[in-house]
Order: sequence, then C-alpha cells, then structure tokens
Amino acid sequence: MKQGNFTTWFKSGAPWIWMNGGAVAIAVIMTLGLLAMIAVRGLSHFWPADVVEAEYTIPGQPAITLIGEVTTREQVPTERLHSAGLPVDPEKTEFMERELLKVGNRDLNGADFRWIVADWLTDERYPEDIVVVERREWGNFYGYVQQVKQDGKVIAEGDQAWQALQPAVDRALEIYSDIHALETGAIGKINSQLERIRLRERGLELDNALTPELQAELDAERKVQHDLYAELETQLVGLYREFNRDSVHLRSMDGREVDVSLGKIVRVFRPNAMGVGAKIGHYFSKLWEFVSDEPREANTEGGVFPAIFGTVMMVLLMSIIVTPFGVLAAVYLREYAKQGVVTRTIRIAVNNLAGVPSIVYGVFGLGFFIYLLGGSIDQLFFPEALPSPTLGTGGMLWASLTLALLTVPVVIVATEEGLTRIPRSLREGSLALGATKSETLWKVILPMSSPAMMTGLILAVARAAGEVAPLMLVGVVKLAPTLPVNGNYPYLHLDQKFMHLGFHIYDVGFQSPNVEAARPLVYATALLLVGVIAALNFAAVSIRNHLREKYKALEN
Amino acid sequence: MTTQSPPKTSRLDFNTPAMQRHRAARHFKDHLTRWYVAVGGLGVIVAVLLIFLYLLYEVLPLFGGAEIEERERYSASWVQANDPPLMLAMEEQGEVAIRVARSGQVSFFKAQDGQPVLQQQLPIPAGVEVTSFSVETPNSRRFVVGLSNGQVLIAQHNYKVTYPDDVRLITPSLAFPYGDAPITLDEQGRALSQVAMSSDSDGLVLAASVGRELVGTTVSVTRNLMTGAETRNERALTLEAASGDVRQILIDPLRQWMYVVNGEQYVDVLALRQGGELNGRYRVLEGTGKSVTSASLMLGGISLIIGDSSGGLAQWFMVRGNGNPQLTRVRGFDQQEGNAIALIQPEERRKVFLSLDAEGQLGVYNSTAHNNLLVEPLGGEQVQAFAIGPRADHLLVEHDDGQLSYWDVHNEHPEVSWSSLWGKVWYESYPEPDYVWQSTSATSEFEPKLSLAPLTFGTLKAAFYAMLLATPIAIAAAVYTAYFMAPAMRRKVKPVIELMEALPTVILGFLAGLWLAPLLEDNLPGIVSLLILTPIVFILFAYLWSLAPPKLRQRVPDGWEAALLIPVLIVLGWFCFTMSVYIEAWFFGGDMRVFLTRDMGINFDQRNSLVVGLAMGFAVIPTIFSIAEDAVFSVPRHLTQGSLALGASPWQTLSRVVILTASPGIFSAVMIGMGRAVGETMIVLMATGNTPIMDWNIFEGMRTLSANIAVEMPESEVGSTHYRLLFLAALVLLSFTFLMNTAAELIRQRLRKKYASL
Repeated sequence: MKQGNFTTWFKSGAPWIWMNGGAVAIAVIMTLGLLAMIAVRGLSHFWPADVVEAEYTIPGQPAITLIGEVTTREQVPTERLHSAGLPVDPEKTEFMERELLKVGNRDLNGADFRWIVADWLTDERYPEDIVVVERREWGNFYGYVQQVKQDGKVIAEGDQAWQALQPAVDRALEIYSDIHALETGAIGKINSQLERIRLRERGLELDNALTPELQAELDAERKVQHDLYAELETQLVGLYREFNRDSVHLRSMDGREVDVSLGKIVRVFRPNAMGVGAKIGHYFSKLWEFVSDEPREANTEGGVFPAIFGTVMMVLLMSIIVTPFGVLAAVYLREYAKQGVVTRTIRIAVNNLAGVPSIVYGVFGLGFFIYLLGGSIDQLFFPEALPSPTLGTGGMLWASLTLALLTVPVVIVATEEGLTRIPRSLREGSLALGATKSETLWKVILPMSSPAMMTGLILAVARAAGEVAPLMLVGVVKLAPTLPVNGNYPYLHLDQKFMHLGFHIYDVGFQSPNVEAARPLVYATALLLVGVIAALNFAAVSIRNHLREKYKALEN
Repeated sequence: MTTQSPPKTSRLDFNTPAMQRHRAARHFKDHLTRWYVAVGGLGVIVAVLLIFLYLLYEVLPLFGGAEIEERERYSASWVQANDPPLMLAMEEQGEVAIRVARSGQVSFFKAQDGQPVLQQQLPIPAGVEVTSFSVETPNSRRFVVGLSNGQVLIAQHNYKVTYPDDVRLITPSLAFPYGDAPITLDEQGRALSQVAMSSDSDGLVLAASVGRELVGTTVSVTRNLMTGAETRNERALTLEAASGDVRQILIDPLRQWMYVVNGEQYVDVLALRQGGELNGRYRVLEGTGKSVTSASLMLGGISLIIGDSSGGLAQWFMVRGNGNPQLTRVRGFDQQEGNAIALIQPEERRKVFLSLDAEGQLGVYNSTAHNNLLVEPLGGEQVQAFAIGPRADHLLVEHDDGQLSYWDVHNEHPEVSWSSLWGKVWYESYPEPDYVWQSTSATSEFEPKLSLAPLTFGTLKAAFYAMLLATPIAIAAAVYTAYFMAPAMRRKVKPVIELMEALPTVILGFLAGLWLAPLLEDNLPGIVSLLILTPIVFILFAYLWSLAPPKLRQRVPDGWEAALLIPVLIVLGWFCFTMSVYIEAWFFGGDMRVFLTRDMGINFDQRNSLVVGLAMGFAVIPTIFSIAEDAVFSVPRHLTQGSLALGASPWQTLSRVVILTASPGIFSAVMIGMGRAVGETMIVLMATGNTPIMDWNIFEGMRTLSANIAVEMPESEVGSTHYRLLFLAALVLLSFTFLMNTAAELIRQRLRKKYASL
C-alpha cells in the first residue's frame, strides 16, 4: 500500500473513532480483568495445592531438602539475582526462573515463604504421606507425622500414626467448640452480670444512695456470680486438660522434630494423597470456614464471620435510619415545598453532598456524634461508667448514623427522581376525585414511587457497604471480641465497636505482620465484598429498569 | 341516572355529623401530613447542612487571638518596700506562686489573693548582697543568684500535690540542688553583675560577668554505678572578654552556646562545646540610638528573642549553613507604639513568648506562626515583674506600686496563622524556610510544623496524575459509547462501567498497594511501553483492518469496533509484560529502578504517584464516563442528522457538532471527577507512602489531606490545635468539592435548558 492511502485514511478521522473505541476496550478490560483477578486469587486460596519435596542446592553449599507449596513462578534477570548476592553468572544466562515456596513452619524457619531459584531444585517428588497441619499459632506446618501421643505416651507410630491422628484431631476440635461455647456463653454472661453490678454500685455511690443494705444486696449478687464462675472454672480446667491431652510428633523438611499439642491444630490433611473429589470437599469446607468462622492469628487465617456480621448489621441499621428521613426530605422537596430559587438551591446542595469526600463525614461523625453528642449522653445517662466512655467512643450506632448522613443524599435524589417520573395526570386524577393531598400522597404517590425508594436504598446500601474511610474514625476495629448482638442483656450492643469487611481488607493487607501469608485471604475478602456490592447494584439497576417500563406504560 | 331517582339524591346527605367528623378528620390528617413532611424534610436538610456549620464551629477558634482578663488585684502585706522582685513564677495549677526579692527573701503565696504560704531567706553569707539573678529555664524551676563576693547560689522551687480529704493541697518547698553553700565563681571575689546557668543530671555550666570580663565554670557530675556516690569535677572556663558592658548572659539547655548580650547592639556567641571559644560577635540591631533592652531564650533554648529600645522584637537562632553556624535573624515582630521592651518571658510548653514594654503593655507572640496574638495594657502603674503559668492559663503581675494582679489568659491556638499554614516558615534548626507538615513528636520542646501546603500539594498531585489517566479514557469511551456504539453493545458496556463505579475504593487501594505497586516496580519498562504503545497499536490495527478484505470487515457490524480491540489490547498487554525483562536487560542494565536512581537521579518509591494515578484513575473513570456519556447522548438527534445530511463525515460531525454542543457537560463531568479524586482517601492511604513531600516526580509518593485526616485523626487530642487543624483540612476538602460540584451542576442545568430550547 502506498503512503498516500494512509494519509487519506488518517484524515478521514477513522483512527480517532478507533481510538475512542479503544478507550471503551481499556475500561472494559480493566474492570473485568480486575474482577477476574480478584476472583481467581481469592477462590484459589482454598484449594489444597500439592506439596512438593525437593533437594535444593545453592552452588557451593550443601544440598537441603525443602517441602512446600509453590505459590508464584517468575522470570527474573540474572543480573538482579546477582546483585542480591546469589552465586549466579549474569554472563551465562540472561534470565532465570525463580519460585516462591510456602514452606510454613514459621516457628522453626522464622518466615513462611522462601524465594528459590528453580534451576537449583532437583529430585522433585510428591510423597503421599506429607501432611499439612493448620495450626492456631505459627501458621501451617509441612512435614511428616511420626507419632501420636496421649498424655505423653506414644499410642501410634509410623503408618498407624496418620490413622490415629484424624480421630484425635476431631475429638480435640469437639472439645474446642465446647470450651468456646462455655467461654463466650456462660462465662461471658457472668462477666456482663458482674459489670452491671459494678455499674449499679457506682451509680448508687454517685447518687449518694448506697446504703449498707443495698451494698449487702449487691455483694450477695456478686457472690452468686463468683460462685457460679468458680464452678464453671473447674469445668473449664477439666476441659482444657482433656483438650491438651494428645499431641502429635512431627518431622519437618530439615529433619527437625517437634511435638504439637492437638489443642493447637485446626485441620490436618495430606494434599498429595487426596483425589479430586476429596480436594473439592476440602475446598468447600475451607470456604465454609471462611464465611462462618472467626479470624485466627491476627486475622491472617480462619474466617471473616464477625466482619460479615458487622458489615451487614451496620448497613441494616443505616437503612432503618436513612430510608424514612431520605424519603421525607424528598417528598417535602418535590411535593410540598414551593418550587423556587430556594428549593432549587437546596436541591443542588443536597445533590452535591453526595459528592463530598466520605472522610469529611467521618470527621463530622467523630466530632459531632461521638465527642459532642456521645460525650453529653455519657454525662447525663451513664455517669457511673465514667471515665470509660459508653457512647462517647466510636461504635455501631455512631457508625450507622454517620453512614446514614453520608447516604441520605443518595436516597433523596433517587426518591425525587421517582416522584418526578409519576405522571401529573395521576396526581390530578386523584385530587379530582376528591382525595386530599395527604391521601394522594399516601395512597397514590408513595406506593408508586416505592420502587424508586428501593433503588435509592439499594444504592445507599451499596455505597455504605464499601465505605471504609469514615468508619475508621467512628468505630471500626480490627478485632472485636464479641458480636454486637449476643445473649447478654441488653442483647443489642449499639455502643460496641465492630468489625467490617472493608476495614478488614485494609487492616490485614497493610497492618498485618505477615502480609504475604494473609494476602490470599484478603483477596477472598475482597471478592466477598465485591460480590455483595455487585449484587446490590445489579438489583438497583434492574429495579430501576423495571420502574421505567412501568411508567412508560402509564404515560401512554 | 340521577334524574330517574330524585328522592335518592335528597337522601344522600353529605352533612351528617358523621360525614362532618370524617371530613374534619381528613382535613386534620392532611394538615398533619403537611406539617410532618415539612418539619421532617426541612429537619433532614438542616441536619445535612449542619456539617458545614459544625466544621466551621470547630475550626473558628483557631483564628481567634489571645485574651486576658483581670481576676484579682491586691497588695500583699509581706511585700517590703524597696525590695524589688527578681522573679515571679507559678506552679502547674496557677494556685501557688513564688516571689524572689533582691534581699534574698523567697515567698510562696496564693496567687489569687496573696496569702503567704511559706517564707524563707536564701542562705546568703552575712554582709553579702545579691547583685545579679537569672532563671535557668521556666520549666526547670531553677534559678541562680550572683552575689557581691563573686559567689553564686543555685536554688530550685518544688511543689508537692496531695489530696487530703479529696481536696487538692499544694505544698511548696525550696531546694538547693548543688548544696546551700554558695559556689565561688570569681576567685578574686568581685561582685557579679550578670549571671547565667544551665544544668542537667550530668553537669552544670555557670557563667557570670564582672564588668566586661566573663568568668565561667563547668561542673560535671559522674555517678558511681555501684555506690551511687557522686564525684564532682570542676573546671574553670576561660572566656574572652566582651566588647562592651555585659547586659545579659544566656546559656541554652543543651549547653552548646552561650549568648552574651554586650554593649548596646551586639551579641557574642561562645561555643561551650569548644571550651568557650568565640563563635562570633553579631550586630543584632541596625541603626543608631537603638539598644538591646531585654533578651530571652525560647522553649527548647534554640531561639533567642531580642527586644530593643524602639519596641522591636526579633527572633534569632544559630543556622548551620555551609560552614560554621551563624547567629541569624529569622523574623521580627513589632510591639505597638514603639515603647522599649522591658521584659520577655517565654511560655513553658509552647513556642510563645510574652513581652512587656516600658508603658506596661503586654504583648503575646508566637514565633513559628509569626503572629502577634495580643497587645494590651495591664493597667495602672508600670510593671516590675510578671509570670505566666506553666499551662499558659494564668498571668501574675507585680506592679510598681507593689500591688499584684492575677489574670486569666485564653490563648489556646497560638500556633496557627495564615503564614504558618500556607507560607514558607523558617523552623528552628532548619537551614532555610520551608513547607513542612510534622504535627507531633515525642518531646514537648518540639516546634509543631503545621504547613498545609505539602498536604494540599499532595492532594493536587494525586488528583492530577489520576485525571491525566482518567480524563482521556473516560471522555473517549463516553463519546464512543454514546455516539458510535451499537445499542446492543451499549447495553452490555454500561453495566460494566457501572460496576466499575461500585467497586469499593478500599479494594482498589489494596490492589494498588499490594499488587500493582510491586508489579509496576518489577515491570516498569513493560508498563511504560504499554502506556506508549497502546494508542499506536490501536491506530495500526485500525489501519490494517481498513485494508482487510471487505468480506471480513462486513462481518463486524457498525459500532462493534471496540469489541475487536479487546483481544488486541490483551495481546499487547501480554507482549509488553513479556518484553519487560528484555527491555530492562537491554536498555537499563537489568534493573530500571536502579537505573533511574543511579543514572537519572530520580528517586523511586515503590508506592508512587504512578500507582496512585492508575488506581485512582480507575476509580474516577466511571464517574466522568457516566456524566459525559449522558451529555453526549442527549445532544439532540436532529443536529447530528443535519450535519450528516450536509455531507459531513461521522468524525466531522462528532468533532464539530456533537462535542462542541456537549462540551459544557463534558467539562462538568471532569469537574465532578476532579472532586472525587481530591477527596478519595483509601486509595491514597494504601497506595502511597504517605510522606508529605513537595515534588512533582511521578515515581515518588505524597500525602493528601484526606489520608492525613485518616492517619492522624484517631490520635489527635480533642480540642487541641492539631485536632482543629484536621477539621480545617476536612473543611477545605468539603468546600473544594462542594464548589466544584456546584459549578458543575450549574453548568449542566444550563446545558439542559439549551438542549430543551433546541
């Protein structure tokens, strides 16, 4: 082809159209690629990967045996390895492959992960009897089972050891759930009762009404609780003794041997011996653990249930607060206020508040709700708990209120849009039939605009579920000991701090001491959050479309 | 119907009591709803607007000056005539005060009414008089008196707080940390005309003047670790004589420099670490007829405040330039009306000093903020001495007539002024004025550096790089989607972009910080080449496509071109990443990062502006896209059809008609996107190093206003200057985005009207 052709083609403007199309392609690839990456990384975390055993020889050093899961492979310039101090020759090859091996055994090795040069790995094998032990502390253990012990005495050895181990672990897990139930249930209740007694005593003291009789009464109550506690404590000690009865003797890759109490073990499995079916089963059990269990090891292992619970509950509370107020404001602006400059200004202002940075709401929530409002409420209603604040510190209630304020413009705007879309004829018809304005509002307008309110609410929920910045100031914590709803009076603890999925991502991803090990879990959490928000958004979109169809029919 | 049965109508009575009640009830309900909706609706709107007012309410106290208010004025019976005060001071609560008189009488008394608490005489040898006096620093509570026999005596005032019967009781006492026997400073026994000291647990420096001559001693204390016994090691300093009469001697708490105010206009600086060697004689006043009337060290002892006879006050400190440190004038202040400065007192915990002039006017100044917080007469007679409480909430003044007055001081936020927030400030120990944000530190002597400039700069920098990526992509994509794209594809693309908008920023931040940043560091050449190659490859592909056989071309319907580019882009991305290591090896010696830092001199942070630009660009694209798309899509069809009918090509129609018509809408989309980029918190918090630097380098990070709030707010003390400043940062963000959005909204409304009229 000749040059002239290209010039004419270029001048026709077609390349610019293609460039515009390219922008769409970029946006679509970015979004879908991002989602796919989160999904792949998040979901693959639960898959029991095969564990490799191999000899690793750094030139000039004796060979060592490594056991671990390969997590990443990449090509690196030899130059970079050379400058990192490895005995490689940059002249010979330009690139080398290196692998990130998860070797676990943090108690022995100091770190969970190890970079190795793939070329120096020889004699790779996948022995079936390698076990992976998930522990409550120090992360995973990779190695071989040697013996199973009961009260320090060996009960199974060699090949039998694996057979004996599984039931023993199951037994320990059962006892663990009993202990957990006892500690959070009965003992938690006693603690909450004791705290209430203390607060009552302090309250009476402040009112100068603490008579000796009342004091005696309180002491008696306290004694009852203490007795109850002593009883439970003996029970608990017994359980703990049973719990720590068994142990397993393990050998690691470098031949070191350790005893691990079964009380510290969450799960043992032999990935290399598992078939596909067993692996799928294991996958789903891990997935279930992720959504239903509490976090372990500074949030880097285990589940995210408290975070899911906190997120959902906060969003629910926010919805309860935001819907009536948002709708009320929208109805006022659209139906009752005189449409003039002032209303227009207010409308623009409200509209724009949706674009105000969320951190600003966080600052407002902290200053106004927590310190000013919460502080005053504490002075007035909870003087007995001072100086430790009750509502004068971040908590569920203030977080919900802050987010309600953040999302109220969204609800107002969406509801108003719904109200505008209701044909004038319907309103006039209702008024012409003799209905009052309020009857028209309650019986015609509000029901008809309810899908718009739903849309607004869902958009608000989607926005609130993803917000983290304001929550960091008004009550989210990395680890909340108890859920905001539990069996202790007053059952719903709105003053409590709570966990949140978004903050969990930030905290585990950036504040965790062991980021590398926690990363897959963060991807999984991110996937969960994206899933929830995407579902909510699609719901909003489909409701909106449905609504538009409905009124199109009415208009004709 | 009705005419057929007239009797029925007459039976239908609408005015029965029941109907009336019903109507009244309906009427009432109607009214109730009206009020309910009006009050509720307005309430919500007011509550939302309350944010502005509340932020303003928290911020305003920052800009108020200082206030003083006289509480008591009394004459104390124990004050003897002709026994002028050498020092006044108060303890922490401002309850008990101390007065040291020239006769050596030390009196502790209630600051509010002058009731004596404890009276004591300094153990001065008989026949010897007090000839000079100096306070070490206000917070060490130590002072030294120079005697007429060449000796000095060091004393310390202490306060013990107890709570017998739940009532606070403050018991003062006087201690002599170096023994109650005077220390001989001048072997010849001459009267000491000026004296100064500086001490800590390791030792002591004493200096005094006799006329122009200077005498000094260092005492180092070594403690035996086993027995705890102390051994003292005294060494006399040989100090160069001053060039004029010595007016005042000051020694900084680190015992590095000794400042000798000599003659009328000069300060000699002696380096104590070099055994008292002369650093230099500095002329601190220009012009004739002026003289130094008072001098004092600020908190921390780095800055020297010099007051002169014309009411000028100036801050000086040693600046370490290229060579020897030089005493340098940093900034000047002016007391009103040009009265000579009589006394200067530094505050104990902040970089604030108070000055009194010859007319009895009190001035309050902050050195860092370079502001005058107050100038107010103290009333009545001239002033002999005054003291500010450690918490800077009370002031005690002794007047010439022997009366004492007790004042309340309100001066909560002296550190803030326009220049300290937005201008370059010359901080202590800095070689030159600079913009610095450093709000907290471990020591109380720290000078808070509260410049919002680096934070604002960081905010704009992050927004700039984000917009650099987002604006072209978002607008181009919006134009294509609205104008060229096939409706079927549009229905698929729009939800994807909406999903993009719904992605929580915490996830974007997390990916940017933990996935993108390391990826970018490892594949820098790949990313850069991807950014450069993408448009070129698009055009190349388009050209090849135009050359493709028509059969193949016709298979792809109009408006689906973008779909073709998706695989192209994926292949290109894969290619760039594969080539990355090779490019790095061929052009950059195997490591581009090292190449940048070593050969180009460009700093490279792993979490840098490029990462933020990409991640925040991602967050901003959908915002701009949806508004711009809306604007382009609602350009009236007859305009484009008219243009096409007149023979214009689609591109000509787009560039000359559509974009021109929709340009205000596109502009408002960019503004709203900008607003979002400015306020975004989580992405910048997670994807930058959060270092408040001012540099446009794309490979370095920044700290934005919003991230700064998120980081510092939880640790900030309620009601402190720092806390209010963070509120100010929030208010700045709020106002900025609000203005941007309002402007954008107005533009859009005008555009809508224009379309309607078309």
